[in-house]
Amino acid sequence: MTLSIGMGLLLSVAMVVSAIMATRGKRSLGISILAAGLASLLASVMFLLLAAPDVAMTEAAIGSGLTTFLFFFVLGRVRRGEHD
Amino acid sequence: MIKRFTLMLLLAGLGAIFAGLIQNYVADEELNLTAAYYAAHTAEDIGAANIVTAIIVTYRGLDTLGEVTVLFLTAAIIGLVLSQGNRQQQQPQRKLPPAGELLVTGTRLLLPLILLFGAYVFTHGHLTPGGGFQGGAIIASAMLLLLLSNPMKRFSHRLITVVESASGLAFVIIGLLGIAWAGGFLDNRILPIGTFGELFSAGAIPIIYAFVGLKVGAEFSSMLVSLSETEDL
Repeated sequence: MTLSIGMGLLLSVAMVVSAIMATRGKRSLGISILAAGLASLLASVMFLLLAAPDVAMTEAAIGSGLTTFLFFFVLGRVRRGEHD
Repeated sequence: MIKRFTLMLLLAGLGAIFAGLIQNYVADEELNLTAAYYAAHTAEDIGAANIVTAIIVTYRGLDTLGEVTVLFLTAAIIGLVLSQGNRQQQQPQRKLPPAGELLVTGTRLLLPLILLFGAYVFTHGHLTPGGGFQGGAIIASAMLLLLLSNPMKRFSHRLITVVESASGLAFVIIGLLGIAWAGGFLDNRILPIGTFGELFSAGAIPIIYAFVGLKVGAEFSSMLVSLSETEDL
């Protein structure tokens, strides 16, 4: 019980840190996108801890998989258009 | 300055609301009435080991139909908006740099495994966590990998549309069969319930979830394909 509460706290702190990195990160857009994906991944672990494996699978597949790649895809598109 | 202050005030207010919620939170000792009914009756009525699936596909099957419809509308609108661009110029203006060796080889290795895992997830929806939506999303991520490794690859829109429409139609027809042969719309007992815990059990749930998985996978794939086919304006 204590272990799962501790893990939950650790996960929430990590989620908040990666969310701040995603929104306030100054370094590059790529790192921000990766941080957003990390927040989703941690959220899916959190769902698993809260005994909701179905939701965890959806979050992992869509939130951290598809969305991250979609952002990178669009980022690549935008970068390619910059030269014109 | 004013903007910062308002922001701080807003955050403090939100914090106060959440603190109040946490202070008064007491975990339930037992399931509430509906949940207790589902937990007690799923195994014998529906025959599914995964109660969540039994609720999503059978007890609340109509909601799932609504969700699938919403997803279909989203895919259709994205296709409509993105096809407004210049579809006629099929040739890319610029040569793309080739995808890396790692990505290409990795895609070749992983693609069948991901597709197989997606199919596993939606056919075993009534036994293990997961189901049509999750399996469909996994299949779509395989398509995404394919598109990443070869951005110029073209998929057949016709095939995607046919798969999507046929599975949507099959989903509704199975639901209507439920009215005719069993208790109501989307009742899974049009097929024998079978032995609890086996692959071919829980009536029509594996079939419905296979169609939902195909439909969701085709919808996500069509979104990705139409995104990738929009040439830069």
